[in-house]
Amino acid sequence: MTSRSNRTTVIIAHQFESADQQLDADLLGMWLFLVTELLLFSGAFLAFSVYYHQYSEAFSAAAGELHWLLAGFNTALLLTSGLTVALAEQAAVENNRRATLGLLALTIALGLAFLALKGYEYHSEYRAGLIPFLDQPFAFDGPDPIHAMLFYNFYFTLTGLHALHMIIGLSAMGVILVSGYRWRDRHRVARQVRIAGLYWAFVDIVWVLVYTSLYLVGR
Amino acid sequence: MSALSRTDAAEPASYLNAGYGLKSWLLTLDHKRIAWLYFISITGFFFLGGAAATLIRLELLTPAGDLLSDNAYNQMFSLHGIVMVWFFLIPSIPTTMGNFLLPLMLGARDMAFPRLNLLSWYVFILGGLFTLTAVVAGGIDTGWTFYTPYSTMFSNGAVLAAATGVFIVGFSSILTGINFIVTTHKMRAPGLTWFRLPLFVWAQYATSVIMVLATPVLSVTLVLLGIERAFGIGIFDPALGGDPVLFEHLFWFYSHPAVYIMLLPAMGVVSECIACFAHKRIFGYKVMAFSILAIALFGFLVWGHHMFVSGQSIYAGVAFSLLSFLVSVPSALKIFNWIATLYKGQIRFDAPMLFALSFIGLFLIGGLTGIFVATLALDVQMHDTYFVVAHFHYVMVGGMVSAYMAGLHFWWPKITGRLYPEMWARVSAIIVFVGFNLTFFPQYILGWAGMPRRYHAYADEFQLLNVFSSAGAGLLAVGYLLPLLYLIWSLRYGARASANPWDARGLEWTVSSPPPVHNFARVPRVEHEAYAYDQPQ
Repeated sequence: MTSRSNRTTVIIAHQFESADQQLDADLLGMWLFLVTELLLFSGAFLAFSVYYHQYSEAFSAAAGELHWLLAGFNTALLLTSGLTVALAEQAAVENNRRATLGLLALTIALGLAFLALKGYEYHSEYRAGLIPFLDQPFAFDGPDPIHAMLFYNFYFTLTGLHALHMIIGLSAMGVILVSGYRWRDRHRVARQVRIAGLYWAFVDIVWVLVYTSLYLVGR
Repeated sequence: MSALSRTDAAEPASYLNAGYGLKSWLLTLDHKRIAWLYFISITGFFFLGGAAATLIRLELLTPAGDLLSDNAYNQMFSLHGIVMVWFFLIPSIPTTMGNFLLPLMLGARDMAFPRLNLLSWYVFILGGLFTLTAVVAGGIDTGWTFYTPYSTMFSNGAVLAAATGVFIVGFSSILTGINFIVTTHKMRAPGLTWFRLPLFVWAQYATSVIMVLATPVLSVTLVLLGIERAFGIGIFDPALGGDPVLFEHLFWFYSHPAVYIMLLPAMGVVSECIACFAHKRIFGYKVMAFSILAIALFGFLVWGHHMFVSGQSIYAGVAFSLLSFLVSVPSALKIFNWIATLYKGQIRFDAPMLFALSFIGLFLIGGLTGIFVATLALDVQMHDTYFVVAHFHYVMVGGMVSAYMAGLHFWWPKITGRLYPEMWARVSAIIVFVGFNLTFFPQYILGWAGMPRRYHAYADEFQLLNVFSSAGAGLLAVGYLLPLLYLIWSLRYGARASANPWDARGLEWTVSSPPPVHNFARVPRVEHEAYAYDQPQ
């Protein structure tokens, strides 16, 4: 991966024999963590698909009230941030400090824009009376409002869980941005950006699943 | 005091005398010290769960509900179940012996992620605090299974705090599992191929795979339960068309594989003990390794056998029943191979061997009665009776806790550098075996006769067997308290242990007892399989 003269500057944790072993271990660890994250979401998706199978008409009608176009724009923002973090990874490997930090900052900005739009969506759903919990007035006027409530419960649970993962990913990238600012150990930054990038790709993919199954259902 | 410091000065440098302050323990990144942090905490939880069991058995001495109110009794068996399952059985062998031994057995200086390892202990303690808060804040009466809609809508107990505790402790499992898998893949010494690994490592590996794949499903299920109870975000609420049986599916998708999180490490420990005390290569090594993986795989396909009477479809019931029988094949292979290992061995009956042999006998009884309750038609009769209680205690206490004790005694000289008093340990092994059978065998008969579980009062004709059971529980308590006393005693007064007091094979016995901080001065080069008992160490 790197030439021998470069490797002498790398700081390796005491338990490892080489920088390659350390990177391999870190990547395998992250992949395993993503498997656990996938299973975490899959439990909620499983429950959703069971109920969608039972109450598909009510769920489709309830999904019709969501801002699918706005969320589609949000999907584009998030996928673009996936591109910028992949480019940041490449820049870090090439020892390009400016590009790495700039692209990381751009990724964070896109992520924050996503969250802001998501917040606006929540607010407009609150105004429309589509929140079926916390003793809010539920003003859904379509057919079968009881099962529509079940749909909105899933909508807020799944998008909320996803937003929580966004916040975790954005915080991690913020930490890398601050700690990598001085560019002391470029191998360390490259490793961190690569691992954060894996996590961010996962957050992207889960959003695509959330978007297609919640917003586009019945369309 | 001066005598003590003189002996300390004579001690060779080891992980135990690398630092003495509290900080050197609470902020340690050494896998061997982290194992000690777990040892101490799970021992505390074990005796807390044991205290709840004592109250349960005292209440059941008489048919009338005279010692505990019905509500207090419900809280006691819930506390017993939650603490024993999530705060003792699940972490027991992996976090203590697994943490201590995995890097030693692999020829590594530490785990792949030492900081993650320490973090998982703090996460464990945080989860424990939430659960203890639940106990203090009025108890929880749902049983360890948290079935909805009782847990979300009707129970008055501190369900939210307890479920949060279990949710948090799940992350401790996940982090431990990830760490073990990466360590096993990436940290093996040169020459240590997969089929040269000790079976203990195979067992830890398979257990970690289950931890990583099953625990997140429990986490999300508890999140859904928690938000339903706290904010009224109904997911399982029948009033909204939600399905409580769906909760049971998700819960058991974790909780049945969790049984194998408890059992597989026990099988790993027993394999090490049987090979060492028969002084023989383990019989059918590859079959043993693959049957561990097979049990881990089949464990994911059988969760529906907990729900034969919950209203799932009869066809699903038939499929789950047949799949459950499949688990008995690799389990039986393991038992036959242990017995074949004993054949023509030079058997020594030291305490670890006594505990390991009890494991085989008790696990055999627990496993065979498991076939009874996996049989669809028979389970309709057995479900929610003491027969089921006896069955899973034979597997978890008779099986798993016996193996935990076997491993604890087997590696005690390595962990502490001291020998435990052999005579007392043998006495304890025999007391535990007798006490255990006296406690739980009568419960099979009670269940067969129709005594339902989870009631604080019962019909008069069941009293005699319940008295036997409670008397056995007293004996069992003595059997578990004895090791607590003599093991602590041996920390100071036990004879010094050599590097390999059992004449065992394996990399962990090549380093001094207790091991040095970084385990190996030079990375070892492995040329033999793990059980080369035909060659000198």
